[in-house]
Amino acid sequence: MSDEPVRPGGDSGAGGSVVAAIGRFFLSGNTIIVTFLAFVSALFLGAIIIILATPSVMAAWGRFGQAPGAAFAQSWHAIATAYSALFIGSIGSPRGIVGAIASGDGHRIATAFYPLSETLVSTTPLMMSGLGIALAFRAGLFDIGGQGQLILGALGATLAGFLLPGLPIYLHLPLAILVGAIFGAAWGFIPGILKARTGAHEVITSMMLNYVALNLLTYLLTTALFQAPPRYQPVSKAVADTARLPHLAGPSLRVNLGILLAIACMVGVAWLLQRSTLGFKFRMLGANREAARVAGVNINRQYILAMTLAGAIVGLAGTFMVLGVDHQVASGYGGTIGFDGITVAILGQGNPYGVGLSALLFGAFAAGGRTMQLDANIPLQLVQVLQAVLVLFVAAPGVIRTIFRIRVRGAGRVFGGWSG
Amino acid sequence: MRLELRGITKRFGELVANDRIDLTAEGGEIHALLGENGAGKTTLMNVLNGLYRPDEGTIVLEGEDVHFDDPGDAIQAGIGMVHQNFMLIPVFTVAENVMLGFERTRRFGFLDRRRARADIRELSARFRLEVDPDAVVGELSVGQQQRVEIVKALAREAQVLILDEPTAVLTPQEIQDLFRVMRSLRESGKTILFITHKLKEVLEVADRITVIRMGKVVGTALPSESDESRLASMMVGRGVELQVTKSPPAPGEPVLEVEDLVALDDAGQVAVDGVSLTVHAGEIVSVAGVQGNGQTELAEALTGLATVVAGTVRIAGRDVTGAPPKEVLRSGVGHVPEDRQRDGLVGSFSIAENLILDVFDEPPYSRRGALDWNRIHATAEERMKEFDIRASSINTTAATLSGGNQQKVIVARELSRDIRLIIVSQPTRGLDVASIEYVHRRIVAARDGGAAVLVISAELDEAMQLADRIVVMYRGKLVGPYDQNEVSRDQIGLLMAGGSPAEVVAGGAS
Repeated sequence: MSDEPVRPGGDSGAGGSVVAAIGRFFLSGNTIIVTFLAFVSALFLGAIIIILATPSVMAAWGRFGQAPGAAFAQSWHAIATAYSALFIGSIGSPRGIVGAIASGDGHRIATAFYPLSETLVSTTPLMMSGLGIALAFRAGLFDIGGQGQLILGALGATLAGFLLPGLPIYLHLPLAILVGAIFGAAWGFIPGILKARTGAHEVITSMMLNYVALNLLTYLLTTALFQAPPRYQPVSKAVADTARLPHLAGPSLRVNLGILLAIACMVGVAWLLQRSTLGFKFRMLGANREAARVAGVNINRQYILAMTLAGAIVGLAGTFMVLGVDHQVASGYGGTIGFDGITVAILGQGNPYGVGLSALLFGAFAAGGRTMQLDANIPLQLVQVLQAVLVLFVAAPGVIRTIFRIRVRGAGRVFGGWSG
Repeated sequence: MRLELRGITKRFGELVANDRIDLTAEGGEIHALLGENGAGKTTLMNVLNGLYRPDEGTIVLEGEDVHFDDPGDAIQAGIGMVHQNFMLIPVFTVAENVMLGFERTRRFGFLDRRRARADIRELSARFRLEVDPDAVVGELSVGQQQRVEIVKALAREAQVLILDEPTAVLTPQEIQDLFRVMRSLRESGKTILFITHKLKEVLEVADRITVIRMGKVVGTALPSESDESRLASMMVGRGVELQVTKSPPAPGEPVLEVEDLVALDDAGQVAVDGVSLTVHAGEIVSVAGVQGNGQTELAEALTGLATVVAGTVRIAGRDVTGAPPKEVLRSGVGHVPEDRQRDGLVGSFSIAENLILDVFDEPPYSRRGALDWNRIHATAEERMKEFDIRASSINTTAATLSGGNQQKVIVARELSRDIRLIIVSQPTRGLDVASIEYVHRRIVAARDGGAAVLVISAELDEAMQLADRIVVMYRGKLVGPYDQNEVSRDQIGLLMAGGSPAEVVAGGAS
């Protein structure tokens, strides 16, 4: 039979680095139940924050002695308002949707589906950056350079989008997408080759390239090539109509072909990891570098390939944003989406389908958060707190297991010496 | 101090790791606890050590019941542990390591290093441990580090010393040194619990032997009234073949030809120093030697993993000197690496995936870059049966397998290819007796099938028994080869310790 089942503190020997820890986390096989309970717990904590952040509710708690019922009622009201605004802002009001469809009025239907459309628009780049970063994770690489890769992808797509007017859409659009992917790939290739050739850690190099990309963007937006005339604003020229991703549900809804392309990429990454020899090499490398080397895998070549591929996929996040929604880039384009991709990848536990679902959830948070701020007067930051708490709970499943007293067979099972 | 265990039971869920264990060790006795890996030795020791609390049963010291809530209690009660993996801080000196956790201070909280050093010198002299308190632990040999662990326990006034597989990491000479220390501890009245699965050592040093199997005590024995095969069958539960049986070799063409090979270790030091060696089809050549004399690097240099700076390696007539691992494997080499968990397996991968670790990109397992999972699973099912891999399914992850089954996965993978040469490093390290038997039979069968086999083993008996011809590696150089029946175990032992071949072999030491 196997060795003794429990070895307290036995995992301390297996490589102490953050990257190794994250690698082990991805391989630890978190359960769906834990993720769900983490979600519930995050909403619960969010509720407490809503109470604390709403002055009128806090005042009611101050009068708890005289009117205990009022404190509870007001708390419940505040929480319900906030969360229903979050829901309506991301999915829409079920009654409104049913009514709009029944009326048959095109304008009403578009309005009813507006929240869902916004959710999918926010989901697209999150899914792409999450997929790219998850792919790198699975190969044992920590790609912090999502922001830079996304900016480069957006730049490439913009460039191809406005430089080649007059091409037919069936040539121009694929070309713009391809150029965006290539630009992103180049930004991933650099940390890859630096790691392979010099051993420089990809966390540092990819992070530094973020700054280079940000400043490159700022600089390019001052050049005659990029800057939109009359050159007062730091924004680029707009991409030609022939390079724009077509809308999926009429001109009044922003949802576009990008979300379908992102889903296709998700399936593609899943195929790559699970069914291709390249993916097998990536996974081997991520799970046990030494064994991969002994088995004849050219480790350095895989590092370069994985980073380049990750860069291309994250680059497509920026590409889809430009070609589908914004049609031009501005200074600081992409915001924190390149970093949010890390969170999405962690929440999705490196599994492409998990990443897709996480991106959808975060997309819903982003769309709903805006409505919540307007309707319930709850700051947008609450959404970020919810996201952070959720990821924290998923990344530390022990916390959730303790709270809900989930007993997992072999949870304490630790094997020293692996993958260090 | 008299140590008594009465009916100790420890369960993990449904698994009963210790089942009503009774054991009595007297003061001034070396008591061996003999059992296979997974028999429950480590659990029992952790109960004694205060890491686990037993579900039933009591620990009695000098007639008094004791209860340990944590290792601190056990130390207080006079029980000292020497772990298999040392708990030492390499950048600290011996004195600092011994003090750690029990720091004695002078005024204002300054550490009393002088007294610690004096204590260590005194203990070292009393038990002939030869430990220098000012040496930096990281610079000591493994055997010396182990003695530091013993000093640590003695400095905390241990009366009962538990040694967990202490000889696993030692050279034959260091083992003799350890036994000398153990005997001198016994003379001073200490109780020693010696945990091991090595029969020879038990017979050599123990006063009494308790054998456990699958969590239960299956019997006790006195060394004077016992022998290896009796103990082995008690330990395993059936008769075992301790000898490797094989027919005379029928060597054919040379397959592996190594000339004046010089290779570097990870630190860039010369570890393989001018090695020449030929292995023919249909013969087993063993490389004996104390661990750390360049055997690891020799295997790595032959498989393209270590840097070769001079010399040539030819496999089946083809020059593969300095070729990448992939090319070496493709030229018909099977490689069982010495560290199976680090180099041989991906722990989080399934058995099926581990069975294709170095052939996943070849037909029939993949075509044009796409894996054929149906084929991979079907092959895995066959291999599991053929190689007797015990697991619930081919989807079981390798990390959850026992050492023996892990090694079978690697052996199955490496022997199932079209191979002309097999390089096997430490084929049975840490395995149970039944798995050892199995792996040895497979190696001999591969030879009989016409492959050239290079076995690298630090276990002298294993190297001797498998070999048709044997070489000894000492400080990066090879001595030999000798026909297996041309040299004795003692002669090889002397060569392993650096004895001059001219004196040892020609001189006829028997």
